[in-house]
Amino acid sequence: MAEIRAEMVANVWKVVVTEGASVSDGDTLVILESMKMEIPVLAESDGTVSSLHVSEGDVVQEGDVIAVIE
Amino acid sequence: MFETVLVANRGEIARRVIRSVQRLGLRAVAVHSDADAGLPFVREADESVPIGPAAPAQSYRNVEAVLEAARQTGAEAVHPGYGFLAEDPRFAAAVQDAGMVWVGPSPDAIEQMGDKIRARNLVAAAGVPVSRGTESPVADVEAALEAAGVIGYPLMVKASAGGGGMGMAVAADDAALRVEFERVQGFAGRTFGDPAVLLERFFPRVRHVEVQILGLADGRVVALGERDCSVQRRNQKLVEESPSPAVGPELRRQMVEAAVRAGEAVGYRNAGTVECLLDPATGEFVFLEMNTRLQVEHPVTEMVLGIDLVEQQLRIAAGSPVTFDPDALPATGHAIEMRVNAEDPKRFFPGPGVITVWDEPHGEGVRVDAGYVAGNTVTPHYDSLMAKLVVHGADRGQALERAGAAVAAFRVEGPRCNLPFFAELLEHPEFVSGDYDTGLVARMRS
Repeated sequence: MAEIRAEMVANVWKVVVTEGASVSDGDTLVILESMKMEIPVLAESDGTVSSLHVSEGDVVQEGDVIAVIE
Repeated sequence: MFETVLVANRGEIARRVIRSVQRLGLRAVAVHSDADAGLPFVREADESVPIGPAAPAQSYRNVEAVLEAARQTGAEAVHPGYGFLAEDPRFAAAVQDAGMVWVGPSPDAIEQMGDKIRARNLVAAAGVPVSRGTESPVADVEAALEAAGVIGYPLMVKASAGGGGMGMAVAADDAALRVEFERVQGFAGRTFGDPAVLLERFFPRVRHVEVQILGLADGRVVALGERDCSVQRRNQKLVEESPSPAVGPELRRQMVEAAVRAGEAVGYRNAGTVECLLDPATGEFVFLEMNTRLQVEHPVTEMVLGIDLVEQQLRIAAGSPVTFDPDALPATGHAIEMRVNAEDPKRFFPGPGVITVWDEPHGEGVRVDAGYVAGNTVTPHYDSLMAKLVVHGADRGQALERAGAAVAAFRVEGPRCNLPFFAELLEHPEFVSGDYDTGLVARMRS
């Protein structure tokens, strides 16, 4: 199980995957937006998105869990 | 002259414009989003009006809210700063239609220069050198491949409505062009609401050099020297200097002449910048785009010329002459600006946060244009620029020395901060030699 966390305070601009989707290492899960920059949040392993903790428009703090990959 | 000026911007540029407005004995009105209520520009203005929530579309880009604030406060003129509504011809026109003075070029000039293809064709017709490229939007991949046969690889795929380094990609061959064309077109449609794409010759080793122009109240267009903006990350500027180490007297004469012609082609009035790409190997330069507003890096020009560009903007808007003799304005010494951003110095990823320590450097030839003070929060809603550290010296060597000392003395804690990058850059042999290009930062990080 891998928890994917936000590296910085940001707005959730786009949620690319859905819960239950299978993903590969390097796939974009969510696109954050902070300070006019788009920051893709990537899967760090192959697996299934077992839970997704953000929706578009949310604000995440540094360290918040964005998704869990199993 | 008008007596009340509304500054339709935020952060360091709002604060900087307010300072000049007040120095001229005029009243400055700030507008601000809820997120910015605690920033210095709000406090330092003579009057401040909240115009909406943090999201720029609902505040700083909200034409109706800004105009309403102007009416409420009896503003007679509007200064847009840079970004937000500064290059929106509809806003400029709305300000004028409301009976106020627009501190900038005509809506028509903004519109003509805002479309990259149109601007390129327009200045080419005026005799300004442009790079080989398409003269109208490229319809589809097949047309792009055909055009590539004429222009040659590598080439730049660029969103016509793009800006700020967004919506562009380099293609080295047909296969790459197929991929990048679709990608840029899709991005441009989603982001700018205009999918038009153009192709241009790409120069692998290039410097970004721009000329400051001023269209005077009497109709003349004059040039105020160049700035070198070749230290970039993600196609965005980090450091600018004037004069450019790559520009000698003869090249300067040519660039200045071209920039004036570009301005004259649209009957330009007020401050603007003609951006060029310069091939340092051959001394050839081509027009890139024109920014129809005050530039972020305008202080380096102010430092070498000893003038206040915002004051000139206000005077021109009021129909008055500028404060200097446009035919004889000598540049003195060398100036360097560093953009102090809330981003890490390695990958340049943003990191907003509460500023716990903010200690600015002082000393001869040191200027800091800051948007924040200790206790403020840098929020994720706007760009990462916290301050501009600008130094001036008798020559480039002294400017580099002063830059190093100022960077070492500048203490920022709380948000991420790229100051350590400047310490590294100022010791880097390529930058120190002056013989660098837009690939420098990428090479430092590879």
